[in-house]
Amino acid sequence: MLLAEEEVSGTRLLIPAPSEIIWTAMFLLIFALVFMKFILPRLNAVLEERAQKIEGGLRKAEEVQEEADRLRADTEQELAAARQEAAAIREKARQDGARILEEAKARAEAENERILTAGQQQLLAERQTVLTQLRGEVGSLAIGLASKIVGESLRDDERSSRVTDRFLADLESSQLASR
Amino acid sequence: MPRSPRPRSSGIRRWRRCRPQALHRPPRRIAETKTGRPVAEATGRRPREIDLNTVDDANLLLAEGGLDFHIPSLSEFFPDAILFAGTPFEFNRVQLVRLIVLAVVLITMSVVAARARLVPGKAQSIVELLIEFVHSSIIENTLGMREGRKFAPMLITMFFLIFAMNLAGVIPGLNLAGTSVIGLPLLLALWTFGTYVFFGVKKHGLVGYLKHETMPPGVPKPIYLLLVPIEFLQVVLIRWASLTIRLLANMVAGHIMLVVFIGLTQAMLFSGSWLIAASPLGGALAIGIYGFEMFVAALQAFIFTMLSAVYIQMATSDEH
Repeated sequence: MLLAEEEVSGTRLLIPAPSEIIWTAMFLLIFALVFMKFILPRLNAVLEERAQKIEGGLRKAEEVQEEADRLRADTEQELAAARQEAAAIREKARQDGARILEEAKARAEAENERILTAGQQQLLAERQTVLTQLRGEVGSLAIGLASKIVGESLRDDERSSRVTDRFLADLESSQLASR
Repeated sequence: MPRSPRPRSSGIRRWRRCRPQALHRPPRRIAETKTGRPVAEATGRRPREIDLNTVDDANLLLAEGGLDFHIPSLSEFFPDAILFAGTPFEFNRVQLVRLIVLAVVLITMSVVAARARLVPGKAQSIVELLIEFVHSSIIENTLGMREGRKFAPMLITMFFLIFAMNLAGVIPGLNLAGTSVIGLPLLLALWTFGTYVFFGVKKHGLVGYLKHETMPPGVPKPIYLLLVPIEFLQVVLIRWASLTIRLLANMVAGHIMLVVFIGLTQAMLFSGSWLIAASPLGGALAIGIYGFEMFVAALQAFIFTMLSAVYIQMATSDEH
C-alpha cells in the first residue's frame, strides 16, 4: 500500500504538469529578463567603473611618484651643484684674500721704503743746505771777528776764503775727533 | 485521473490540510483507510484526493505510547491549488513560494543595483561578493576570461535564481524549495542545453558540432562504434536530464529529511511517554539537518552553474 502510493507520486515527481511548466517558465523569464537586462548591467557598470578608477588611480600614483623622483633628483643635483659652486667661491675668496693681503703687504713695504728713502734724501739735502749756509755765515762771522781782533781787514777774498776753509776743516776734524 | 471542476470551498479546505497541523491530527482507525474509494465517497471526497493525499489516510504510524507520526510522502510536493484550480494555470503553494522568492530577490537586487555606488555599502558588498565568487570560481576556471564574458550574465543569473529558490526550503514560512518540484530544474537545465547546443552549432556548424562532441580525437576507429552513440545520447539527453534530477533529488531529499526529523521531534515531544526523553536528540538532528540544507542549497547552486559552464565550454571549445 505504502510502496504503491509512493510509486505513483514518484513518477509524478519527474513528469511536470502543464501548470507547473507554464508558471515556472513565466517566473524564469521574468527573473532572467530583470536580472540580465537591468540588475547585472548596472552592477557590472559600477564594478567596471571602480576597476577603472582603481587602475587610473594606480597609474596616477605611479606618475606622481615618478614626478616626485625626478624632482628630487633635480633638487639633489642642484644642491650638489650649489655646494660645489659655494666651495669654489669660498676657495677663490680665500685665494683672493691671500693675494690681496700679499699685495697690501708688498705695497706697504714699498711705501715704507719710499718714505724712508725720501726722508733720508730730504734730510741729506737739508743737511747740505744747512752746511752751506752755516759755512757762509760762520766764515763771515769768523772773518769779521778776526778782522776786529787783528784790526786788519782781511779783504782779500781769496785769503779770507782760504782761512775760512782751513778753519772749517779744522773744525770738522775736531768734530770728527770728538765724536 | 479525472480533472473535473470542483467546488471552490474544496480547494481551500484541501489547502488547509497541507499545513503542518495535518501532521498531528487525531489518528484514524487503519481499517477505515483500507477501504479506500467507498470511504472517500462516503466522506464526500473525490478519488484523486485519496490517491494523492498520503498524509491524512495512509502511512499513519501508531507506535507504542500513542506516538502520532506521519511519514511524510511525496504529496508534500504537490499541494492543492490555491487559484485557478482545474485550469492549466493552476496556482498552488509551490508557485506561491516561487513567486515570493522571485519578488523578494528581484526587488532587493534591483534596489541594490539602482543604489550601486563606487564605494559599496553592506548590501552591495554582499551582492558583489557573490557575483565575484561566480566569476572567479566558476566562469574564469572553466570558460576563461574572454569566452566567460559572453556567458557570465546567464550563469550568474542561474546561480542567483537556484540559490534563492533552494534557500526557500529552509526559510520558515516558505518551508519548500522552489527547485524541489521538477518544473524549475527542468527549465533551467533546458536553458543550459539550448545554450550549449546553440553556441556549439553556431561555432562548428551542425555536423561539425556533432563530430566535435561525439568523436573525441585520439581514439582507435572501432571504438567510435561504441563511443558515438554514448556521446550522442549524453549530449542530447543525459546532460540536461542529470542536471535536472541532481538538483531536484537533492532538494526533495532535503525537504523530506527536514520534515521527518522535525515531525519526529514534535511527535516524540507530545507523545506523553518515555519518548519525550529522546526528543532533544531528534531536535538536535533536525537543527543539524537544517544547517546542512543551507549548505546544500549553496552547493547545488554552485554545481548546477559549474556544470552548465563546463558543458558550454565543451561545446564551444576549439579542440578537446
